[in-house]
Amino acid sequence: MAAPTVAPPPEAPRSGTGAGAGDTAATPVPRARRGSRIPRSPKVVVGAGMLALFALLAVFGPMIAPHAPDWQASTTSSVPLPPSSSHWLGTDQQQHDIFSQVLAGGRDTLLIAFVAGIIATCLSVLVGVTAGYLGGWVDEVLSILSNIFLALPGLLILLVVMHPLKNTDNPLLIGAVIALTAWAWGARVLRAQTMALRNQDYVESARVIGERKARIILVEVLPNLLPILASSFIFTVIYGIGTYVSLSWLGVINPSSPTWGTMLNSAQSSSAIINSYWWWYAPPALCVALVGIALALLNFGIDEIINPRLRSARTHRKGVRYTLGLTPVLRDSTALEGSAVNDSAVKAVKGAAA
Amino acid sequence: MTTILRRLGFYALAAFAAVTLNFFLPRMLPGDALQNVLSNIKSADITPSQLAALTAQYGLDSRQSLVSQYLGYLGHLFQGDLGTSTSKSVPVSQILASDLPWTIGLIGAATVVAFLLGTALGIVVGWKRSGVLDALLPVATFFQAVPYFILALLLLITAGFNWHWFPYSGGYETGRYATLTEGWNGPFVTSVVEHGTLPAATVALASVAGWIIGMRNMMITTMDEDYVLVAAAKGLPQWKVVGIAARNAILPSISNFALSISLVVTGSIVTEIVFSYPGVGYAIYEGVLAADYPLMQGILLVVTFTVLGANLLADLAYVILDPRARKEA
Repeated sequence: MAAPTVAPPPEAPRSGTGAGAGDTAATPVPRARRGSRIPRSPKVVVGAGMLALFALLAVFGPMIAPHAPDWQASTTSSVPLPPSSSHWLGTDQQQHDIFSQVLAGGRDTLLIAFVAGIIATCLSVLVGVTAGYLGGWVDEVLSILSNIFLALPGLLILLVVMHPLKNTDNPLLIGAVIALTAWAWGARVLRAQTMALRNQDYVESARVIGERKARIILVEVLPNLLPILASSFIFTVIYGIGTYVSLSWLGVINPSSPTWGTMLNSAQSSSAIINSYWWWYAPPALCVALVGIALALLNFGIDEIINPRLRSARTHRKGVRYTLGLTPVLRDSTALEGSAVNDSAVKAVKGAAA
Repeated sequence: MTTILRRLGFYALAAFAAVTLNFFLPRMLPGDALQNVLSNIKSADITPSQLAALTAQYGLDSRQSLVSQYLGYLGHLFQGDLGTSTSKSVPVSQILASDLPWTIGLIGAATVVAFLLGTALGIVVGWKRSGVLDALLPVATFFQAVPYFILALLLLITAGFNWHWFPYSGGYETGRYATLTEGWNGPFVTSVVEHGTLPAATVALASVAGWIIGMRNMMITTMDEDYVLVAAAKGLPQWKVVGIAARNAILPSISNFALSISLVVTGSIVTEIVFSYPGVGYAIYEGVLAADYPLMQGILLVVTFTVLGANLLADLAYVILDPRARKEA
């Protein structure tokens, strides 16, 4: 699109927590803070922790589940049992143990979203960085391609395409198909950023030295795209989870082993909501929601690395407020949290004075 | 002017790509598309002449070359003929004519609410930076990170089923005691608004976070600009300074609209399914379950065109609002 995308300033990725202000070399910086570029905001810590928990669940969940997903407590009863000491989350209509299904049902969902994220990110790097670096007609063609994919309603296409793959269990295949509808967003953002980096001095000097294009892209450009890459990867994983769960909730995908989405599907078709069988639909829905929130919280942290100015004014001190033109001066290490703000405010003042 | 022409050229190309993709989609799928169609026709016995008539009707004659099938498809399309739904035995265009207004109304209302609310909140959060309002971000993120249908189910269970605030099924009051006549009369419009509240709230809640965060991030970046500092230094009242910063910060929000619209559209389609809302989302769901390819194709095409149209509007708005975009290229 002709409209410029919101591209953070090209130098932003390199200015992390410690290296943001130009005068940090002179001021003593606590050692622990200098190396890490990941802001230790509560958002990131909570997000990463939740995500680690779900990753463990995906790996070990099926092993620690008390029952197999297709185990039935009784073959005669068809009334879902509420949570009890023998079935922590009750049972569904076919007397399957919900707790076991929740533990086992996350693996495929997370794996598919992860696969979709990786494939889509690779595609978006391939298209976005190539378009941004080469420019010219290559850029025109690739931009039109990604803009078209951006306008296509992904889930609707998946509804149509997935129908014949209904009973496929292959996570790679499903992940790849989801990725095909998800790469365009990342490609667009990466293209804008690559175009900004292309004209940086260090890339220019590499070109003058006579480095090959592939080497410049891989060694000079790509490392500086990493935060954006991570952000678009996380975005795609959120999209992948939402899409896969939606598709299996709609019954368009029907894997042989129960996943969170198929649990919601069977709860829906048995009118669990009207019958108030909350223990049937609430746990899988909650798991999906929690994974999404964990990823989104992590993305906040990455956004703050990309553009340090976005950090909220969490100074751990009461009574400190950022207002326009007046930047609070904090004298100890916590001041670094706002260093980028200070820095740019100083620049702004200098600019106004000049 | 060249900018606008270039954009129009892009949209023409995108529309062509969408049409072509739509043509090939059922043909790329494993299995004979015709068999899919035929297996859904209720009558058990089909004579060879009926079969020939059907193949011609669906443009699936395998004796024709792919090129002539494609040309035939294009020809039908230009006449507004999207084929006949196999599961409902009515023209697809007729289904679309009755369902599309519901979807456009839903998305339009939700997007306007989300845009106004999100931008206003984003301005305030970006300006204040700290305090209670910053806690709004994680809350807004919650609504954004959760899949649409889970949010929809949450609203359906709480506000609809448990608290009876709003009806949660259908587009307007139907049933034994319903005395409504469709059209522009008070009771019908009231019923439509009541039924639309929960679906629209779902879409608005899910998309408002994007507007808030986008606006906040741009506000924070814009506030460091010299002209904002100058405005403050001139001694303008604070609301005027905010206005100057906000006016410049809002531009990327509008260009990001293009990025978000197709997500909003797919999200609202899922929402329709949850609330049994009589829009195209529910129709395509029924079409998928019944393997009704003409219906699926028709809806896919029209939705893609709608998204492209919305993008075009956003592009034009951008060109009008930002003089730099006019000078470009």
